[in-house]
Amino acid sequence: MTGSGSCDKTDVSQHLTAQLKNRVFSERAGTMRLVILDDYDLASEWAAKYIRNRIIQFKPSADRYFSLGLPTGSTPYGCYQKLIEYYRNGDISFKYVKTFNMDEYVGLPRAHPESYHSYMWNNFFKHIDIKPANAHILDGNAEDLEAECQAFEQKIAEAGGIELFVGGIGPDGHIAFNEPGSSLVSRTRVKTLAKDTIVANARFFGNDLSKVPTMALTVGVGTVMDAKEVMDQNHTDIFSSTTSCLLHCSLVMILITGAHKAFALYKAIEEGVNHMWTVSAFQQHPRTIFVCDEDATLELRVKTVKYFKGLMHVHNKLVDPVLSIKDQ
Amino acid sequence: MPSNRSVSDAPITQFINCRILRDHRLQREDLWVREGRILDPEKLFFDEQGYADKRVDCEGSIIAPGFIDVQINGGFGIDFSQASDDVSAGVSFVAKKILEHGVTSFCPTLVTSPPAVYHKVLPQVKVHGGGPHGAGVLGENRCVRPPPEDELQSFPELVLTRSSICGPFGAGGWSGSQSVVRELCQRSITCHSVANLSQAEDAVQTGASFITHLFNAMLPFHHRDPGIVGLLTSDQVPAGRTVYYGMIADGIHTNPAALRIAHRAHPSGLVLVTDAIAAMGLPPGRHTLGQQVIEIQGLHAYVAGTKTLSGSIATMDMCVRHFKQASGCSVEEALEAASLHPAQLLGLGHRKGNLDYGSDADLVLLDDALDVKATYISGEEVWRKGP
Repeated sequence: MTGSGSCDKTDVSQHLTAQLKNRVFSERAGTMRLVILDDYDLASEWAAKYIRNRIIQFKPSADRYFSLGLPTGSTPYGCYQKLIEYYRNGDISFKYVKTFNMDEYVGLPRAHPESYHSYMWNNFFKHIDIKPANAHILDGNAEDLEAECQAFEQKIAEAGGIELFVGGIGPDGHIAFNEPGSSLVSRTRVKTLAKDTIVANARFFGNDLSKVPTMALTVGVGTVMDAKEVMDQNHTDIFSSTTSCLLHCSLVMILITGAHKAFALYKAIEEGVNHMWTVSAFQQHPRTIFVCDEDATLELRVKTVKYFKGLMHVHNKLVDPVLSIKDQ
Repeated sequence: MPSNRSVSDAPITQFINCRILRDHRLQREDLWVREGRILDPEKLFFDEQGYADKRVDCEGSIIAPGFIDVQINGGFGIDFSQASDDVSAGVSFVAKKILEHGVTSFCPTLVTSPPAVYHKVLPQVKVHGGGPHGAGVLGENRCVRPPPEDELQSFPELVLTRSSICGPFGAGGWSGSQSVVRELCQRSITCHSVANLSQAEDAVQTGASFITHLFNAMLPFHHRDPGIVGLLTSDQVPAGRTVYYGMIADGIHTNPAALRIAHRAHPSGLVLVTDAIAAMGLPPGRHTLGQQVIEIQGLHAYVAGTKTLSGSIATMDMCVRHFKQASGCSVEEALEAASLHPAQLLGLGHRKGNLDYGSDADLVLLDDALDVKATYISGEEVWRKGP
């Protein structure tokens, strides 16, 4: 350092760099980030890199598992593909990761191709090294559904809460199966699905409305809010078992892609907290990241979009450099 | 990672880096095996919270169900129809050798012989499962001349699941034959070589289900009487039944154009068979087999000194390759003609000839040229190609 009292450029930039670093990694202050990527693939990749970095930074071990909340649907599919790729390249391991899915249909046989168990097996679990005992999904065929919901909450509590909850958003602004009108302090419970939801999902059941499940178990808004972090993924499937398992989640990340989710995103972040648009509850979560593509921002104010795009260099520090277990 | 022992202590093998034939197409999926059967990994994951003990890296190979040869008269110098005292040794010898050609189950076949031969040979051929010792024997296949009705009852006891009848063809061969056919079908014999299409259709309605080596040893197709060949597109086949037909796809016994006509007319009934004689697997040159001297030149086996074919010597994997090339069919169709269809013909489709969960893990690993790289029976490696 140069002497005397003059502030030279090195001092200033170092000072700023330090501030920037603090700003990015500060977890005591509340943070709401809107991360906007150009398209679905880039959004998926950003989200996957973020998850990867969080897990690796956490340094999970046999004594200290990383607990991850997970969604289903078409939105997170790209993110799962990237995570599988990172696993195959040897950059990440799920050996010490516990997962908790947000929801599952009631009464649908587990082996049915549309069950969320099938989705998670085919699109994620079968490709990675997670221990089967650590992959938790609500059992929609349990004899006592209420007990199942409570047991799920209990498992989350035993895991020490969820470090990072990844979720999506429905076109009607719901998270998991917390349909419009759901209590914002709800816990894991059985929900009857709205007609809209059933109609929207008929396409997965041969367009036969009678074959679509009418109930689901879902984490509650309160459950996800408890998450230390909430990462919301905009998901098209509306069935979720509301589990109020957002227990002390460290961070929440919400993935929102596509123009059909744009209005819901607008309601979620530019209007007030409202139980008709349950994702808006995350405005009150200490650490939330909304990851979206351009199309999902179509209903936002230009000012909002410009502001957050201007922050991309800050946001990108969360994913750059991208960490690898090979370096450990 | 240790696998869960809650349901079974048996080790679990996971074949990775492979393309498996399932649901009529090649899919990039892992194949899981436990206790000699194909395992459902999703059930294992969620129900038992278990995973693999051992992983086998297939290096991109194709995994198909093991081939099933329902018509093979011998090979490697062994002739099944020879009334020797140690038939089972000969069967075992062939069973071991055919593993190299991807065959995991077969029906040792007896050519048309005097009843005395059947009496001597048949009891020595036992149905048994395959393993490192050799391919499994599903039963014998025997060609018999249908007896006159009055001799039917004393006809040798048939222990097989399927047998084929090489009947006398031509005029008068099958008068009053329907009752004979019915009787033989009740004893699980499939018939062939009846003279004309309506007789053939009668036989099918009575229970016959397999045409032995289509085109060979039967009247040729005629547009006003298609004969047995007409069964391929007959509308008299009862609903839910399939007529299967054997094809010797060695490029010699059937002209490729005829092969294509049959395949296109009725693809789901095509069963590849070797119909191999004792000379199969022997090196080129002269060989004395029983009373005959055979000369092997490439894929041709001639009666020595003549240009008369003495039989087929193409191995099953050669037949699969040639069938694919000559018919232009897909890889999946070629593989199914040697596995799924013969299993269905024998009524064993619930556990053989496919890679469905619960089926026997009889597998053949192939490269893209459909050359056999390794053979497995009940999930155990029984043959591997050397470097």
